[in-house]
Amino acid sequence: MSAMSATSGTSAPPQYAIAAEGLRKRYGETRAADGVSFEVENGEFYGILGPNGAGKTTTMELVEGLREPDEGRATLLGIPSWPRKPALLRRIGVQLQASSFFERLTAHEQIHTFAALYDVPPDRADAMLETVGLTEKAGTREDRLSGGQAQRLSIACALVHDPELVFLDEPTTGLDPQARRNLWDLLRHINGEGRTVVLTTHSMDEAEALCDRVAVMDHGRVLKVGAPRALMAEAGVDNLEDVFLQLTGREYRE
Amino acid sequence: MSTTEARRARRTRAFASLSLAMTRGLLRDRAAVFFTLLFPLMFLLLFGALFKDDSSEPAHLVQVGDVKMLDSLPEGERAGLREVLEITKTDGSRAARDEALEKLRKGDTDAVVHQGDGPGALVLRFSAADQVRSATIRGVLDSVVQHANQRATGQPPAYRLTAGQVEDESTKPIQFLTPGLLGWAVAMSGVFGSAFNLVSWRRKRLLRRLWLAPVGAGSVIGARVGVTLATAMVQTALFLGVAVTPYYGLRLSGSWWLCVPLVLCGTLAFLSIGLLVGSFAKTEESANGLSQIVILPMAFLSGSFFPLEAAPQWVRTVSEFLPLKHLATAMQDVLSRGEGWGAALPVMGGLLAFAAVMTLIASRLFRWDAA
Repeated sequence: MSAMSATSGTSAPPQYAIAAEGLRKRYGETRAADGVSFEVENGEFYGILGPNGAGKTTTMELVEGLREPDEGRATLLGIPSWPRKPALLRRIGVQLQASSFFERLTAHEQIHTFAALYDVPPDRADAMLETVGLTEKAGTREDRLSGGQAQRLSIACALVHDPELVFLDEPTTGLDPQARRNLWDLLRHINGEGRTVVLTTHSMDEAEALCDRVAVMDHGRVLKVGAPRALMAEAGVDNLEDVFLQLTGREYRE
Repeated sequence: MSTTEARRARRTRAFASLSLAMTRGLLRDRAAVFFTLLFPLMFLLLFGALFKDDSSEPAHLVQVGDVKMLDSLPEGERAGLREVLEITKTDGSRAARDEALEKLRKGDTDAVVHQGDGPGALVLRFSAADQVRSATIRGVLDSVVQHANQRATGQPPAYRLTAGQVEDESTKPIQFLTPGLLGWAVAMSGVFGSAFNLVSWRRKRLLRRLWLAPVGAGSVIGARVGVTLATAMVQTALFLGVAVTPYYGLRLSGSWWLCVPLVLCGTLAFLSIGLLVGSFAKTEESANGLSQIVILPMAFLSGSFFPLEAAPQWVRTVSEFLPLKHLATAMQDVLSRGEGWGAALPVMGGLLAFAAVMTLIASRLFRWDAA
């Protein structure tokens, strides 16, 4: 099985890193995803934007293969993400939240545990800790890391197995400007190594600074896709936030 | 270098690293170490000492002034007397006698003896507060007087009574305390540990993170089961180590080692309760509360703290449905009552069946996500 998927992965590189086709998911009366389609190119830095409750989280879960779509399908690197396939999971990296750590383990132990789960050598884990600048914090427990350090550690854990495709879930929420800029540099570096990066964020300047293209979502649908500059030009405004507000309205969201 | 072998090696490494992560997390949680290992052990140390033996202390007797008959006892008889009676001698003044009687009234001593009118008269005053003790003292002094009378005749005694104690068949406190409290300890760590772990990992989204890593649910659950079983073995070793010390005096019988598979099966049963609680509970607090609601009544109804022989019928009927009751009873049988596979095997089977049913229900309720 794993040998087969390995050959199919090398022989014909898929056109898109991600292809989502008409994803739908209902929870009771709520249509969390109501026909979501988009494509992410190989090596692209792609942002998914939307107000709270727009369906970003559900879309990400459907794309990552955490949930089964009611309709439609998502393929990652040419392989359907549902049902769960360990061979595919080895090629994608997911950063969830800074709190998703094993309790009371040090930074060093966290990343070595994830290295073992992905069956990569321990020195790769140490190198990854170095990449995110946490070598000096290796002996610090997860609950004593600062917000920025915890975010960098969770990104290191998502990258330890050298994935081709990386999902980041609001990686800079709650960080101070210094830590945020520091993390942006790290994310650019990751993307610069040829990885495809998908990011969800509330921060329009972050999307503007990092993303090649963004998808703006609301009410479970993709409203607009394009490069930040193109979207700004089309709307006749000079920042992405105004584009976002034009598309999604100004009313307050829970 | 087949792919099967490589896959097995990967699974082993994932399992080992998860087990290590869980063990470290557990050992670094001082509260968890206290509640799983030391807290139940404290109960054994305490209850074991409290209920150590039923034989009472020697009764206390105050002798006011010289009492001819007692003072002239031969040394051999005097030594025998000292084993059952602790005699304090005061001077023979009126004040000393009043003081001794006052002590008796307050219960600070069990009896007062003094010389009566005439050389052969002995006056014993005793308190009725403790009937058994006062009867003991009266009996002892009566026999001392009879002996003295008989000796005064110069004839050998016509009848002699020889008494010896026989070990009775009834259970000593340490024999039910050890398995009962050990069962309670294993239940606590099994139910709390897995319920809390499940809820906490779900809330922290670690379950979701593991779902997105190439590890099977088997490795994750297996690591939890392994760590809990290892903890149960440490608990068993600690409990038995304490109970067999001369002070607590548990004497292990032939097939005592059968308690190991019994504890392992019991742990699986409690783990399954924990999984059910953890699948049901949404927050760590409710997982704790629900676990406590399950464990404490179960421990009391299963006779972990005191035997159920005197309990009403309905309590004993309810206890028949509790895994802890069967675990404790079977452990008591194999540890110190000389029973073997016959006592252990049906209980092990029952515990495993219980675990299977609970796990099945838990898997129906399981959510890897809080949403």
